[in-house]
This record gives sequence, structure tokens and C-alpha cells, in this order.
Amino acid sequence: MQKIKEHSRLSSIKLSPKQRIGLLLFLVAVIMTLFMTINLGNNLHYILVRRGYILFTMVIVAFAASISTVLFQSVTNNRILTPSLMGFEALFILIQTLIVFFYSGTSSYWLFNIIKFIGESCLLVAFSVLLYRWLFSSVHFNINLILMIGIVLGTLFRSAATLLQRLLDPNEFSVLQSRMFATFTKTTPELIWFSALVVFFFGFILWRKRYLFDVLALGRSHAINLGVDYRRTVTTTLLLVSILVAVSTALVGPLTFLGLMVANLAYLLAGSCQHRYILPTAFLLAVIALIGGQLILEYGLHMAGSLSVVLEFIGGIFFIYLVLKRF
Amino acid sequence: MKSSYLIIAIISIIGLSVISLFTGVSDISLSSLWGDPHMRDIFFISRVPRTVALLLAGSAMSVAGLIMQLLTQNRFVEPSLAGTTQSASLGLLIIMIFVPSASIVTKMIVASLFAMAGTLLFMIILRKIVLKSALIVPLVGIMLGSVISAITIFIAMHYDLLQSLGAWVSGGDFSGVIQGRYELLWLVGLLTLLACWVADSFTVAGMGREFATNVGLNYRRIMLIGLSVIAVVSGIIIVVVGALPFLGLIVPNLISLMMGDNIRKTIPWVCLMGGGLVLLCDIIGRIIRYPFEIPASTILGVIGAVIFLFLLINQSRHAKN
Repeated sequence: MQKIKEHSRLSSIKLSPKQRIGLLLFLVAVIMTLFMTINLGNNLHYILVRRGYILFTMVIVAFAASISTVLFQSVTNNRILTPSLMGFEALFILIQTLIVFFYSGTSSYWLFNIIKFIGESCLLVAFSVLLYRWLFSSVHFNINLILMIGIVLGTLFRSAATLLQRLLDPNEFSVLQSRMFATFTKTTPELIWFSALVVFFFGFILWRKRYLFDVLALGRSHAINLGVDYRRTVTTTLLLVSILVAVSTALVGPLTFLGLMVANLAYLLAGSCQHRYILPTAFLLAVIALIGGQLILEYGLHMAGSLSVVLEFIGGIFFIYLVLKRF
Repeated sequence: MKSSYLIIAIISIIGLSVISLFTGVSDISLSSLWGDPHMRDIFFISRVPRTVALLLAGSAMSVAGLIMQLLTQNRFVEPSLAGTTQSASLGLLIIMIFVPSASIVTKMIVASLFAMAGTLLFMIILRKIVLKSALIVPLVGIMLGSVISAITIFIAMHYDLLQSLGAWVSGGDFSGVIQGRYELLWLVGLLTLLACWVADSFTVAGMGREFATNVGLNYRRIMLIGLSVIAVVSGIIIVVVGALPFLGLIVPNLISLMMGDNIRKTIPWVCLMGGGLVLLCDIIGRIIRYPFEIPASTILGVIGAVIFLFLLINQSRHAKN
């Protein structure tokens, strides 16, 4: 919460959106340098490469989480729903489990394999677009109900995945259970490079449509009035959002609240509601949250590896605050 | 008419209990029970306590959910959706760290106290919500729960207790229930009976503070009784078998869909159906991956989530028409 207060003081300073982004970029550079150079031991080459990969993973995840959340919120015209809260990640884990359950039946569940990954992502994307289009096209569902259904769907997917994992191999269940918390240190280089390729490719496509999202954020009827093919745009955006979430989940595991926090902070701090400012601001904030959080945990509190839990804690409080403020 | 339903329900509970008594890795039949003392031991040390524990925990958790729904005037609340269960696990973890040798009764008391504190915190936050949409309440509860469980996980990671904590919290596992380890659940059963006894007062308290005071009810006292029952039930069940998700939510709601809202009439049904549902989930868990066992709560999580979704969508249709 301390961080949030600090930032809201920042928001009162008179700076143009571009200057704000510049400031954030500077902060990111400082934090990254700190992360790379603090406590260097003897084996310089090994440590630098290893840290480099962790840093790169965090940047990819920050990118996927922030962009997907901001766009999801623009498309659904709200500031509380996020892909993670709506069970996207849980769905991805369920689909992965299902595939292993029906095809290989071995314990290669988390072993990475790019073709398998592409297949899973396609399934996820198809399924989530169908599901969430249904949810958002039913006009009489209010936002609370949709949020509730999303959370329960998330629980359902998680429970179903757990059940299947237990059916799969009771002896290796404990190994799988450790994957329920996000970790930034256990991914392989080829997975990182592949994810980076996917994420930044779709990021580029989305960036080209940044002005379209400004129109979409005005809401359904305004967007249609202004000549947007609403159905199609929403479907494609949901599709791209699912891909980003899938990549991030495959890379590190579920991170429920990161997107929610950085998207809302970005609206607070960007000094503009245009997507060309909001998107980079949210991205940079996510990078700061991940790397800065890891730095504080590791060197400030001497607790490695529990970043996702801390994010969950702060994010949960932040969510309650948002809900209380809004209603 | 209604009494014939009740008889059918009781017969099916008895049927499920018999199945539960005779399902498991050691093959127990009636004749071996008569002749073989070893089999008799297994039967009375493991099978009977397990079945009793299932019935007691299931009905108590459902009634706790019902009380919580009455007191918060919200249909979508139950102990695990209001931070109660999560607080109880936090309490359990704290006692595991500071007094590892604590007796099961001490653990239970600490867990219940934490459950009480968590529930109170939830009620305080609820007061702050001015415009109460029916769904905001459980949303806040879910988030409060996830904040509390994040604290719990963080502490558990720090003390390297994550695995033993997981066994309790994601538990709902009745396979460890044997003679000598479940007797506290009788206390839970007693509390459930007490709750049935004062059910009408909970209904009146559910009408709001002014109304309850006007008709001569001691509002504070009945709130305190309700909260204590919820906290103690959640605390004991966490200590003895682990969390039972969704149970307190779906059972009272299904019963009220079928039979209306007269609590005095429906509370025995809530008990029966709660016990029966947990029993059924446990039997399924014992059968589908034989000879391994899957915790009842895992099965309950899937079934419960599906029923909850059905209730949510159903309710929105009603609201629309």
C-alpha cells in the first residue's frame, strides 16, 4: 500500500504523459541495473546469464499481464474484471492437464514442448473466446454477476484440474502442486525465447490498433455509432488477450492480481486515458512491480521465491479497496 | 407428503452410510465382520469413525453456512467465502509454529478464535459497503479470504511448513479419520443441534437489527451465538478434516429452492443433505481411483462449483423476470 500512496502523490505532479513514461523508463533502468549488479559473486558469467534470463522472463510476463489486462478492461468497459480474475489462467492449466490426461498419460506435464504449447494455446483461445463472448453478450448479466461467475469458473477449472491431476498419478501430485505458485526461476531458455517472440509479435499487432481501443473504451453503443465492427473487434481482442495470458501462464504459472494492480495504477498515473500512453505506463509499472518486488524480497527481507504470494496479498487488499471505493 | 420425503431421505442416508462402511481397500463383508477379529478392528477403528465424521462434518458445515447467510442477509455467503475458513487455517499454522506439541483441543481453540476474528473482520468490512449489491458481499469475502491465505502461505513458506499446511487446508480428507482422532466432531454435532434449536432467532436476526430489537430479541447476543457457532464449527472441521469448499453455500440454497424459506422446517433437511452430499463425495473419491483415495473436498470442489454456477445463473434469470 505504501507504494500506491507514493504513486498517487506522483500523479499530482504536473508532467506530460510522455515525461511520465520517461520517468518510469528511468526507474526501470535503475531497477534493472540494481537487479543485475547487486551481490555479484565469483562466477560472474554464470550469474549474469542466469539473472539475465530471470530479468527477461519478468519483462515478458509484465508485458503479457499488463497489456492483456488493459485491453480486456477496455473491451469489457470496466476496471475491475481482469483475465486472471475471470479464470483464464485456471482454464489454461485445466486444458494442459486435460491434454496430458487424454493423450500421453505420462508425467511430462510441465515439460516444455513448443508444438504441444501451440496446440494448447489454440484450444485455450477457442474455448475462452466462446465462453467469454457468451458471458459478455448476455445483456442482462450485470458486472457483479459476470465477475462472480468468472471467479467461480476459475475455481471450477482449478478444482477439475486438481482432480484430474490426482487421477493421473497420485505419487507425483506433490510435484505438480508446487507449480500452483508462480516462479520466475524455473523456465528454460528456449521457452523464454519462444514466448518473447510470440508476446512481442502480438504486442506489435495490438500496438498498431491503439487508437481503435480508445474508441472501444467508450462503450459498446458509442463504438458502434463511431463505425467500429464491434463484434469482430471484441472477438479478436479477446483472442489476442487469451494468447498473451496463455504465454505468461505457461512461462511462470498463475499471477492473479498483477494485471489488476498495474492497469488501475496506470489509469491513475499515466495522465491520459489514451491507450498509447496507458499501455506503456502499465507495462513499465508491471516491470517495476515484479523486479522491484523481487529485489525487496530477496535483499531487503532475505526471502527468495515468494514474490507471487506477496503480489497476491497486496493485490487482494487493493481489490477490496477498489470494490469498496466503487460501491 | 413431506414426511414420506423425509423417510426416503433418511433411507438413502442410511444406504450411503452402509456403502461407506463397506467400501475401502480391505474387503470387509458381513460374515468376516462376524468371524474375523482383525476385520472387526478395522471396521470399528477406521470405517465407523470415518462414516460418522463425514455425516457430522457435512451437516455442521451446511448449517454453519445457513446461519451465516441469515446473519449477513445474503444468500451467497458461507464460511469459506467470508475469510472464516482461511482464518482458521492461519490460526492452525500459528499454533503449529509456536507450540508444535499442542494438543488437538488447543489447536481447535486457537483455530476457532482466529475464525471468529476473521469473520468479525468480514462483518466490519461489510458495514462499510453502503450500496449492497447481493454479489459484492461474497466478492469481498473471497478477496479477504485470498488475502488471509496469502499471509498463511507466506508464513508457511518461511517456516518450510507448506506441505504440512497443504495437507490441512486443501484437505477435506477423511482418510486419516480413525478412532481417537475425530471425537471432537461430536461437539460440532452438538453445536449443530443447538443451532437447530435457536433457528427461529436467527431468522428474526436476519431481518435486521431494528426489526429484531422491536420484536424483543437480544440482537447482540444472537449475533454472538451465531458467530461463535460458525467459528467453532469451522475451526474444529479445519483441525480434524480440513476445508470443505462450497458445502455451506450450495446445500442451504438448494434446500430453499426446493422447500422455501421456513428455517424451522428446512434445517433438518439442510443437515441431512449436507451429511449425505459429503458422504457421497467421499465414496466417489474412494472408488474412482481405487485403491488410491481422492479427498472428498476435491470432488466437492468440482460438484460444488457447478451447482454454484447453476444457482448464480438461475438467480439472475429470476431477477430479470
